[in-house]
Amino acid sequence: MATIEISCAEVWREISNYLDGEISPEMRERMEAHFKVCAHCKAVLDGTRNVVGLVGDGRLFQMPEGFNKRLYKKIQGLP
Amino acid sequence: MFPQSQLRDNEAELIRSVRDGEREAFYELVHPYERMVYATAISVVKNPADAEEVAQEAVLKAFSNLATFRAESKFSTWLLQITYNEARMKLRKVRSHLYEAIDDSQPSEDADYWPKDFADWRPIPSELFERDEVRRAIQNATNSLSRTYREVFVLRDVQNLSTKETATILGISEGAVKIRLLRARLQMRDTLAPGIDGSWVNGQEYRKARPW
Repeated sequence: MATIEISCAEVWREISNYLDGEISPEMRERMEAHFKVCAHCKAVLDGTRNVVGLVGDGRLFQMPEGFNKRLYKKIQGLP
Repeated sequence: MFPQSQLRDNEAELIRSVRDGEREAFYELVHPYERMVYATAISVVKNPADAEEVAQEAVLKAFSNLATFRAESKFSTWLLQITYNEARMKLRKVRSHLYEAIDDSQPSEDADYWPKDFADWRPIPSELFERDEVRRAIQNATNSLSRTYREVFVLRDVQNLSTKETATILGISEGAVKIRLLRARLQMRDTLAPGIDGSWVNGQEYRKARPW
């Protein structure tokens, strides 16, 4: 059976679930068919994947210097 | 002590020690989560000084309320729930001094979000993140998200928590987490495209490529 075509707007709605692997196999197949022929949606996909990859290593927010020491002190000071 | 426990191996033991009066054990218990607590706080309050205050208050509150923790959820989820609530309280306190509420736009979640432009993105090297300029741009982009999107984005993508954990911490449905995450990711892509596609990687100016 031929894959049912999908619009760009539908692709964008599901792009996050696609990246997280949280879509049905049929939807995945439809989206993959779309990415092969639509450079724009492929760019949105790659860009979004890059964003997720870039921020996901936990270093985005640097802890203020001395945070641990101050926290430790406060715990020690608890009644 | 904890039937059907979600606790990590040594956490039950540490909690027992804390309840027996060993304060050092509490520090050991929360230490692995300090960064998560801080990131959760800053996703709500934005400002590093307020975030530290919130994070520390949250940890102290967790200590005082440890007796109420039942291990039906992970310790980290419980701790981050406390942190999120503290951060919301802090935000209300800060706002009560202002005439105008800041960053309280609650974007509609019904309408579709349209990505702005479509220049081609190549996979980017992870070393990129080492550069201050890049990290600052990502922080600014994160801060430019509306709060409801930023909270979800920080828990899911920065801290890699599951949809379910994120929903529990924020007190919203898993469906709402997914919708907000989608918006946040697409907006982040829109904001960062000029850098990631252009100047940061190949030193060239970003060329927009709109399909219409």
